[in-house]
Amino acid sequence: MSGLNLDQLVREAHERNDYDPLIQLIPYAKLLGIECLRLGDDMVFRLPANQDCIGNPTLPAIHGGVIAGFMEHAAMLHLLMFMGIPHLPKIIDFSIDYLRAGHYRDTYAQCQVWRQGRRVANVAITAWQTNQTEPIATARAHFKVDEP
Amino acid sequence: MSENSIVERAQRFLSALRHCQVLGIRVHGADPLGLTLRLPYSPQIVGNPETGVIHGGAITTLMDTTCGISTVCVLPKFEICPTLDLRIDYMHPAEPHKDVFGFAECYRVTPTIIFTRGYAYQDDPAQPIAHVVGAFMRMGRGALGDKQLQRAIQAGGA
Repeated sequence: MSGLNLDQLVREAHERNDYDPLIQLIPYAKLLGIECLRLGDDMVFRLPANQDCIGNPTLPAIHGGVIAGFMEHAAMLHLLMFMGIPHLPKIIDFSIDYLRAGHYRDTYAQCQVWRQGRRVANVAITAWQTNQTEPIATARAHFKVDEP
Repeated sequence: MSENSIVERAQRFLSALRHCQVLGIRVHGADPLGLTLRLPYSPQIVGNPETGVIHGGAITTLMDTTCGISTVCVLPKFEICPTLDLRIDYMHPAEPHKDVFGFAECYRVTPTIIFTRGYAYQDDPAQPIAHVVGAFMRMGRGALGDKQLQRAIQAGGA
């Protein structure tokens, strides 16, 4: 899939308010079933409840790795959509704090870019289920954004 | 605690985690010093369709699982230990079409917290793809009330 025109895909997604083609591009995002919802100038990402994402069978709860993967991907998409980066950002490091169990239900995430330099971007991600003021996890990631 | 029983308990623990079955994660080895799991390469976990490189999220899942299950290497009886936090530093991207191994050890065990660390690698453990540290909370035995899972992991079918 060489010559992938991400710039154009992002532009079209914004115009049509349909982010599915962007999600479908990345197999791992398809596996988790990630969705994007545009809320005015902001973007909320959704991870629909899915049996295949369960880690703890007793609660049951979503696997912590799935929550982390969802949040990492939300940050990547957020950078692509809003920060004018024409290629997929590369992860440098990722740190997550788990605050509450991620129950077997829909999970949402929102991102905040605290700093975007020429080479590196710092993104904070918050994930919640029932109430945005009671996050199930907060995370912080650095991405390399300077070259494809 | 024999190495055999550590391997068996790690296998039973892993087999209870649905998402790990979806990714095809398997126990590669376990002894009192640590645990190694194997994540097979598969097109469904690709994060960059142009290069075929695995998504960081799949590596995070591998390492969260490896660190979490490595607690069986130091705990005489099964305890549910939820992840408090996890940090991953990427040394370089994983090579496409190759499996990823995750190793983790518990380097400090207190009555409330277990501190773990580890790394992910492909061919050479001395050239890791990523370094990981994670803290896990000890809920106390049977605290979550699931005696059934506890029994299943502790004793298996025996």
